[in-house]
Amino acid sequence: MSMRSPLGRARGLGSAKSGTQHWWAQRLTAIALVPLTIWFVIAMVAATGSDYTTARAFIGNPVTAVLLVLLIVATFHHAQLGLQVVIEDYVHTKSVEIALLLAIKGAAIVLALAAIFAVLSIAFGGA
Amino acid sequence: MATDNRPLSPHLQVYKPQLTSVLSILHRLTGVALAIGTLLLVWWLIAAASGPGAYDAAQSFIGSFLGRLLLLGWTFALFYHLSNGIRHLAWDIGWGFELGTAYTTGWLVVIVSIVLTLVSWIGGYAARGGG
Repeated sequence: MSMRSPLGRARGLGSAKSGTQHWWAQRLTAIALVPLTIWFVIAMVAATGSDYTTARAFIGNPVTAVLLVLLIVATFHHAQLGLQVVIEDYVHTKSVEIALLLAIKGAAIVLALAAIFAVLSIAFGGA
Repeated sequence: MATDNRPLSPHLQVYKPQLTSVLSILHRLTGVALAIGTLLLVWWLIAAASGPGAYDAAQSFIGSFLGRLLLLGWTFALFYHLSNGIRHLAWDIGWGFELGTAYTTGWLVVIVSIVLTLVSWIGGYAARGGG
């Protein structure tokens, strides 16, 4: 039996049943994404219409490759945190909610990994 | 404990839409749209890693009418979510909650998003040589 009061046990727990970690991670990734996104848009505008060889030279450039990997990690982490809140707010059937949360988080991991693998394989000169 | 039949807050449609509330839901909508838009980036990167055939297929989709329309929408969504996200970060440190300031920064976000979208597309067409 817990000696803590009901208020003490509830304090800091939101609808997601956790404390401030989610909120904080959302802000950290948001701050990281400000410069990364600005760089990304400028780089992609400059790369508009690139042919295969030019695009690979662009992606495989060490600076671009590192920034792309950082962008991918921050983007998918930020996206799955955000989509989680949207699902928690609007989906009120627990089984559907859990299924969607698993799908979103799984998809974020798979897509991020695929994108990072693609960048690294180009950067390391593989086929 | 049954929670299904609890009364809900007044329905959203009884409220007159305001700039602040419209921008608030637009932040969420653009966030969801951008999450879907990552599929295009992942496709493009994997295509570039896969070979010339896959890359040309991705490029021809992006260059198609539908591809450009989606990309235009995502460009605006990105700039909106970015600039309104900075507005949110300012609120997080306690700045900009006054009603007048909230409206000023709201309109600023709208204008900046439209201008940066146009600038990016002019830049993109210039990079392509007008094509």
